[in-house]
Amino acid sequence: MTATALPSQRAADRSRPSVLGAVKKIFFPVSPTYLFMIIPAIALFTFFIIYPAVVGMFYSFTNYVGYGTWHFVGLANYKAAFSDPTIRDSYGFTLLFAVVACIVTNVVAMALAIALNAKIKWRAGFRTVYFMPLVISGLVISYIFTFIFSNSVPIIATAIHFAPLETSILANQHTAWLGIVFVASWVAIPGALIIFLAGLVSIPTEVYEAASIDGASAWKQFQRMTFPLLFPFFVINTILTFKNFLSVYDITVGLTNGGPGTATTSVSMTIFSGFFNGDYAYQMANAVVFFLITLLFAIFQLGVIRRQGGLL
Amino acid sequence: MATEVSTPVVAAPQIGSRRKPRPIPEGGRVNWGLTIIIAIVSLIVIIPLYFAIAMALKSPAQTGTGTGFNFPWPIHWGNFRAAWDLTNTPLAFSMSLLVTVIAVTGEILVSSLAAWAIVRNWNHWQFRATFVYLLAAMFIPFPVVALPQVKLLASIGLGNPFGVGILHVMFNLAFNVLLFSAFIRSIPVELEESARLDGCSTLQTFRKVVLPLLAPMAATVGIFAFLQSWNDFMMPQLITANPKWQTLPVVQYLFQNQFTTNFNVAFASYLMALLPTLVAFLIAQRWVVSGIMRGSIK
Repeated sequence: MTATALPSQRAADRSRPSVLGAVKKIFFPVSPTYLFMIIPAIALFTFFIIYPAVVGMFYSFTNYVGYGTWHFVGLANYKAAFSDPTIRDSYGFTLLFAVVACIVTNVVAMALAIALNAKIKWRAGFRTVYFMPLVISGLVISYIFTFIFSNSVPIIATAIHFAPLETSILANQHTAWLGIVFVASWVAIPGALIIFLAGLVSIPTEVYEAASIDGASAWKQFQRMTFPLLFPFFVINTILTFKNFLSVYDITVGLTNGGPGTATTSVSMTIFSGFFNGDYAYQMANAVVFFLITLLFAIFQLGVIRRQGGLL
Repeated sequence: MATEVSTPVVAAPQIGSRRKPRPIPEGGRVNWGLTIIIAIVSLIVIIPLYFAIAMALKSPAQTGTGTGFNFPWPIHWGNFRAAWDLTNTPLAFSMSLLVTVIAVTGEILVSSLAAWAIVRNWNHWQFRATFVYLLAAMFIPFPVVALPQVKLLASIGLGNPFGVGILHVMFNLAFNVLLFSAFIRSIPVELEESARLDGCSTLQTFRKVVLPLLAPMAATVGIFAFLQSWNDFMMPQLITANPKWQTLPVVQYLFQNQFTTNFNVAFASYLMALLPTLVAFLIAQRWVVSGIMRGSIK
């Protein structure tokens, strides 16, 4: 601030006290280039994501059908949604599916990551094979497995007289969700595997050498070293996979299309039905509830991260 | 080992922070038991892929017999031709490509610029608030905002692949900014300061100093943007109004419903859609693990 006393310095221009200067300092505290880097991004982000979210939330308190006039109906949509068996069942299925698939995905991916980081033959080749499902769309993989589950597996099961698989598991409303868990995990495991591998590679091998010299067994090494060191990656994987599983859509559409009956109709599928049935406001209420549930899980998981001093 | 630890020198910090691929320790014995287990488990990945290829190379008559796992002989190449003609593949292909190009370039550029601006101005509360704003929105899943979003995009003339591409950039903005900012924090500011002393403007500093250093992370973000947008079904299906402008997965979905009798042609179409991602992934694979690793250690 003393720079004003030295007229020859260029810095004087910038720090001369003036109204314009003060306004500039509050609203544009940094080089305008930085602002050009971030303001358009944030503006578009707000316009494309936050604004629709707010609009949708607003309409969830009305009887809007997607076009025409509307008026406020208070919490009527929410009350109706809570007593709607279709919606209740979709939450039941989606939560059960997401929890089980999340556990399966993370346990299998962690085991695979440890195995693929160990001293095995053709390690790079095996890694490539296990990453392969990443490149296939969920819809296509669902179609492939639909055919396997409903044509190939029953033929094989009949040949070896294995009764539970003689009919398609996708056609049975009690077992169809297991097929979806299997395929969704099959699709999600490579992504989780990559993150676990990245975590494992960052653990220095000397740690293990020291442990082996001290005579720690493989299980002890996993329990005392690998798992604690992998924990932040475990948390980030849980958050990412769980969020994705909650909005499962293409795999349920491709495998069962929500059937048999409505046994595997996911929350996303019920929300999207708002396009076709004039249920816009009603399904927006459903979407708001869905968002709150997602948010609750996210806050819970972020709390775990903070306690563990993890990645974020 | 001691020499490796002491390498980071102030003059060339980026060399010190660049991790060399660790050589596989010599002299250790190959764990054959684990190799065999890994090989057997890998069949769970390989069998469905073999199945898809076998299906695409069979005639309907060959499909009718057996489990579907039998080897396709004689090979029936005609399915690819039929799939190409039936689904108007070139148009769907270019629509997928359009969405993917927008998503990949947009995700890399927009989020790396935003992340850099945020990290380098961290002492201003406005930028910290922006970061928190983005992170808070990270947990909005597409289904939650889908209904109003479809109407919004349609009303401004973006109910087409352009809109789908832009939405991909926006939905991944928060996570990509998180990845990039973790990575940028590990880049020493001194490098940028010396570039500024040489007379680089802010933008030049970004282009000439920061962007090259961000390459491994950009590769990771790029390959995931590519796989995700190329394979996405949910967004284009809902956003794109005109079925003519649909991307490959949606066209295949429509195809599936119309031609359930001819699985072979359907599988040929799936394989054709899979080819670009497979090639891109095999090329970019080595960056994927290393990029995530660099971004996550901190």
